[in-house]
Amino acid sequence: MRVFLQVWRQKNGQSKGRFERYEASDISPDMSLLEMLDVVNEGLVQKNEAPIAFDHDCREGICGMCGLVINGVPHGSEGGATTCQLHMRKFRDGDEIWIEPFRAKAFPVLRDCVVDRTALDRIIQAGGFISVRTGAAPDANQILVPKEDADLAMDAAACIGCGACVAACPNASAMLFTAAKLSHLGLLPQGQPERYSRALAMVKQMDAEGFGACTNHEECEAVCPKEVSIDFIARMNRDFAKAAATFRPPKARGGGD
Amino acid sequence: MTLNSNCPTGPIEKRWEKRRFEMKLVNPANKRKYNVIVVGSGLAGASAAASLGELGYNVQCFCYQDSPRRAHSIAAQGGINAAKNYTNDGDSIFRLFYDTVKGGDFRARESNVYRLAEVSVDIIDQCTAQGVPFAREYGGLLANRSFGGAQVSRTFYARGQTGQQLLIGAYQALARQIAAGTVKMSCRSEMLELIVVDGVARGIVTRDMVTGKIEAHVADAVALCTGGYGNVFYLSTNAKGCNAMALWRAHKKGAFLANPCFTQIHPTCIPVKGEYQSKLTLMSESLRNDGRVWVPKDGKDSGKPVFDIPENARDYYLERRYPAFGNLVPRDIASRAAKQVCDDGRGVGPGGLGVYLDFADSIKRLGRKTIEERYGNLFDMYHHITDENPYEVPMRIYPAVHYTMGGLWVDYDLMSTVPGLFVGGEANFSDHGANRLGASALMQGLADGYFVLPYTIGHYLGQRAAGGVKLDHPEVKAAKKSVEERVQKLLDIGGSRSPDSFHRELGLLCWEHCGMARNKAGLEKALARIPELRAEFWQDLRVVGSGEELNQELERAGRVADALEFAELMVRDALHREESCGGHFREESQTPEGEAMRDDERYCYVAAWAHQGVDAEPVLHKEPLSFEYVKLTQRSYK
Repeated sequence: MRVFLQVWRQKNGQSKGRFERYEASDISPDMSLLEMLDVVNEGLVQKNEAPIAFDHDCREGICGMCGLVINGVPHGSEGGATTCQLHMRKFRDGDEIWIEPFRAKAFPVLRDCVVDRTALDRIIQAGGFISVRTGAAPDANQILVPKEDADLAMDAAACIGCGACVAACPNASAMLFTAAKLSHLGLLPQGQPERYSRALAMVKQMDAEGFGACTNHEECEAVCPKEVSIDFIARMNRDFAKAAATFRPPKARGGGD
Repeated sequence: MTLNSNCPTGPIEKRWEKRRFEMKLVNPANKRKYNVIVVGSGLAGASAAASLGELGYNVQCFCYQDSPRRAHSIAAQGGINAAKNYTNDGDSIFRLFYDTVKGGDFRARESNVYRLAEVSVDIIDQCTAQGVPFAREYGGLLANRSFGGAQVSRTFYARGQTGQQLLIGAYQALARQIAAGTVKMSCRSEMLELIVVDGVARGIVTRDMVTGKIEAHVADAVALCTGGYGNVFYLSTNAKGCNAMALWRAHKKGAFLANPCFTQIHPTCIPVKGEYQSKLTLMSESLRNDGRVWVPKDGKDSGKPVFDIPENARDYYLERRYPAFGNLVPRDIASRAAKQVCDDGRGVGPGGLGVYLDFADSIKRLGRKTIEERYGNLFDMYHHITDENPYEVPMRIYPAVHYTMGGLWVDYDLMSTVPGLFVGGEANFSDHGANRLGASALMQGLADGYFVLPYTIGHYLGQRAAGGVKLDHPEVKAAKKSVEERVQKLLDIGGSRSPDSFHRELGLLCWEHCGMARNKAGLEKALARIPELRAEFWQDLRVVGSGEELNQELERAGRVADALEFAELMVRDALHREESCGGHFREESQTPEGEAMRDDERYCYVAAWAHQGVDAEPVLHKEPLSFEYVKLTQRSYK
């Protein structure tokens, strides 16, 4: 099959970008979209032109590194899949395919379709963990977790941190991402001691990074490759409201004798 | 030089305790004066960096991805072993140790393997406390399953995403230390050289993959947790970015490489479809718990639609040949058996390179819902890639390069032959011998990172003063300059072929001659061809763009350059080892039934190679292996 591509090209973060049109011929329907781009890139190298830069790594839908907006939809319209899991059989011969980076103020473009998503890492660093020292853990079976809670925590923990939720949201909100982590940890007994301080810290960081707020468009859930539910956002809002109302700043209590 | 494994003596169950007591300690107030570099942020790297940071050392961690959460440990599906014996089915530390030594076909060090089994129980405690959402029973206790050739249920799992969840646990522990200021994280940063001063590892040189800036970093110790070298084969289940560069750079600076021919071919991957194929996708081995592997009895039936092949015309060859283990035989055996039936002309699917993995019986017995609960995401993944629904038609699978047991030689403390250079996880050679058992890679990565390296690196640092080498040291400057020159050399060739085109050619050569079955003639052919291909690479490579920008072609070029050297050593090692063991099957050494035949008289040793120059023959050093606790026997899964 043969398709036409409109690809976002941008030399670096400082320069202006634009769409460039390419033809991709001799494409097998069994190829993944990224394999099709590999073929296009090989052709560009042959012409001594810079290949299209895009992020990818595992190419099996779990590392969260790939992320293209395809025909206006982050990860394309396959549903429940990442960009690397999208196959050319989902397109028709002669299609025009628009390919561009995830766009958000908090995700600056580095080159072509490669963006900087370290803002998401900083949200985790703000409190997206359980403070446990290596070697200090009790026997694993001393902590009982009802299966329903463990399963729901796993649903939230399935987030791969790709940032499609941000790219899909008209407000470029990272609330699904943040809520998924807060719910994963907040649903488990191990996560209770820091539950509310975690909610405050992560939400604060999310705002500081320039992500917008949720106004219930639900686009995030629709594009999430792991189908993380927006119910978790409601959960986050409850935890955040409770935390904000009851928060007492910790007092310094040093020393000993 | 004699290789000293530095293992403690005495009863095996007391060795690790004894070593820990003998260790030098660093005063808590002095720890922050020591700089430790950790390269890689997978299970081993992230857990080591987090634990070292938490102890108070000043840690710098590097990864090539845009976030430490992406390392390829994340793709492990099946689970993690631990000798908890929660299922009361006869497991113990000793049994896990025994299974691992035997599963590795007696080519691993007993002391290391015992320690691995010993700390396995702590890993589960640690990860659970971190909030890793392991599967649970209705009573709230942890669930277990049997996995990959084990006859006890000792595998803990989190749906089909165990690697992801364990990595996120380690990543979060790392994030906590980054926030605390004990770990400085550099992403999109690739290690291009090891800095050695007076014979001791003192730092690394990296390239910032966004700006192209080449920088030296000095430290008191360096830990490489950079994964395996499976991508030397081009097509593998590894992530596209996985590479052997850090290993190879360290090797060229004096670290011995051990058993590089021990590569694992995983039996259950989605078959290759076309020449454009960029990687292979693994289907978790756990599928073999409920799926039955078969091909037609008669090659004439191979092309028929699957439902036209009646039950009595199907050969469930694993169940037939290995009645005790059936579909659950270890990976090396399952892979070779698949190759044999396909070589017999009984393979299915395009090109006859595939076998069926059939769930019809299990769906009938357990119901579709149960199968969905156990493997839902794997079935979806298969469906996405192949456009076939595995609930309705059997999966088609074929073996693919997956894991590499070989790696940098390390002693009991996980230190390489370059003092101060430690190696953890898949990057070292130590625990899996010639074949790794399923659900043991995650265990080893976390064992090294959480429970071994933090002790042994501390012991090393405790014996020396902090600092001493600064960025203006002549060796540091020389290392940085050599990297700059090398990058420029790659850019200046100005030939006609892309890095990938060389990589594909190299991969095919390795797969054909150093893949699932190897023989002298084929290996010699590869050994002659690789240097030629390398010469072509340095004459005809084309890298578009410059070094001062985000340039993915340049990144690939550097990795392929090193793969072209690495592959030669792998083939040489395979040629020298004239026995079959684990993943290394030499056609010349097999039993009349076609099973692998070890030669303990001649090859019961670790082959550790010392680099002598790119076009010079490496020198082989042997570390003899002795077995005090597990009796050397021919492996049998009949």
